[in-house]
Amino acid sequence: MSPHRPPVTETNSAVVDRTPSALELERRAFRARSSRRSVLISLASTVVFAALVAVFVVGTPGWRSVQETFFDPEVLVAAWPRVIEGLWLNIRVLVVASIGVAIVGVLLASVRTLRGPIFFPLRLLAAAYTDVFRGMPLLIVLYLVGFGIPGLGLFPRMPMEFWGTVALVLTYSAYVAEVLRAGIEAVHPSQRLAARSLGLGYIASLRLVILPQALRKVTPALMNDFVSMQKDVGLISVLGAVDAVRAAQIETSASYNFTPYVLAGLLFVALALPTIRLTDWLTARQREREQHGSVV
Amino acid sequence: MSASTADSATPVLRLENVVKTFGDRVVLAGIDLTVDAHEVIALIGASGSGKSTLLRTINLLEQVDDGRVLLTGTDITDPRIDADAVRARFGTVFQHYNLFPHLTVLDNVTLALRHVHGVGKAAAAARGLELLDRVGLADFARSYPDRLSGGQQQRVAIVRALASGPEVLLLDEITSALDPELVGEVLELVRDLGASGTTILMATHEMAFARDVATRVVFLDAGVIREEGTPDQIFGAPRDPRTRAFLDRVTSAGRGAAPDDTTAG
Ligand SMILES: Nc1ncnc2c1ncn2[C@@H]1O[C@H](COP(=O)(O)OP(=O)(O)OP(=O)(O)O)[C@@H](O)[C@H]1O
Ligand SMILES: [Mg+2]
Repeated sequence: MSPHRPPVTETNSAVVDRTPSALELERRAFRARSSRRSVLISLASTVVFAALVAVFVVGTPGWRSVQETFFDPEVLVAAWPRVIEGLWLNIRVLVVASIGVAIVGVLLASVRTLRGPIFFPLRLLAAAYTDVFRGMPLLIVLYLVGFGIPGLGLFPRMPMEFWGTVALVLTYSAYVAEVLRAGIEAVHPSQRLAARSLGLGYIASLRLVILPQALRKVTPALMNDFVSMQKDVGLISVLGAVDAVRAAQIETSASYNFTPYVLAGLLFVALALPTIRLTDWLTARQREREQHGSVV
Repeated sequence: MSASTADSATPVLRLENVVKTFGDRVVLAGIDLTVDAHEVIALIGASGSGKSTLLRTINLLEQVDDGRVLLTGTDITDPRIDADAVRARFGTVFQHYNLFPHLTVLDNVTLALRHVHGVGKAAAAARGLELLDRVGLADFARSYPDRLSGGQQQRVAIVRALASGPEVLLLDEITSALDPELVGEVLELVRDLGASGTTILMATHEMAFARDVATRVVFLDAGVIREEGTPDQIFGAPRDPRTRAFLDRVTSAGRGAAPDDTTAG
């Protein structure tokens, strides 16, 4: 880098101003016409299909009584405050559990990717953990944690939502750790070599170079696990925590009407929708970035 | 520990009987090599002769099986030494650039400054931009590496290796993954670095370039240094028959250093 040489400046992109040819304009017009037609056709078929389903369901002999027990507006309004309050508990549990899952998941994944014989016991432990908690039904983990651990008498009395959160973290961190591990292993080893050769330590390389790339590779899978956990927070109701599901149960037992359950269910869907859309968007963006030949 | 405290007679790098084995394979069979400040040393040798392994052993990406490596007089193969701190004193450039794809060009360049050397964000960015500007790549500071050509990426990789002022630059066949028309820009940068006094140890297959730029050429064969000398001596009058055979082979393959070819690169 001799100072006497004038720097050759290379520019980032060439700006070309061009108007499309008649041929290209014709092709674009054709594509616009045919895509408009496709949209109309699929829209029409969707409407017809929905109408048929509606007519069929409403026409079933039991519809009236089903409507009364599952879709009663009065019961819905009456149940609303309590169910919403319960949902607020679900949201809080979800937030805390997500943070817990992120921390424990990253730790587990990091431990599982440690190299060297001295870490063998640690790796084995982490592997056993993920095997157990991925295999065990969440419901059983909830019972074991929620009723087992307090029974030991070791801990101060904790509300049931606390133990529910612990159970969620135990189960979901096992899933997330496996997803992250796959992501870490998908990062090329030469990246680690480059990071270490700069003088970055093991942890710094993981944090600054390996994990960010790993996360990008597995974002859709992680979001999927998050959606799954969003609805599974409803299971803490089995421990007696008054969340949206438990609130609906209470309302139902008072009115002998299942509308509160439908309400809670719809609220859970509404809660999950943004995440689901975000996942779709992220997946699409990733595909766009990585896939040349975007037509196929 | 730092270069400035060592007296001028201390070589920057000194290898004493360095041995490296992989299982039964002896890849480095006792290497002795001294690198003084401002030297540009070209490491040549057939594929599999151990060039990359030697470079990786020097910056502790591999562990020696015998012998010592001294960096400005300090034994860096001592297991009590902080290997991360030692690696930070080398600048390493790889054949396949190995830029970090999730970081911008500037963040690639400043990563070590910020997270190894504790330089503040603004100061690191200023230093990074200055270096990028010197190699004509300042316009790409905010781009991601995949937007750059191979030659540009490799120049960024060189800048990244230089950013924290390494004592020795280790280059491992940095042009062999490049399209022929991109080799020149990278070699020119290395030439400039050598001319401005950077100590360089480079494994290379570019014989013309080695002859032109190196102050010393080292021929590695089956894990031992067969011959070393000035470029003119090695390329003009090789003494060892193995050196001669190797040079004959690469010359007939069209990558030699014919006397009238020394300005290539
Ligand atoms: N991690 C490893 N495990 C086992 N063998 C290895 C390892 N790394 C290198 N080797 C062997 O060591 C020998 C020297 O390899 P090295 O990469 O140092 O050669 P090189 O001179 O750089 O060759 P090239 O010019 O092809 O890059 C080769 O036979 C290679 O197979
Ligand atoms: Mg090599």
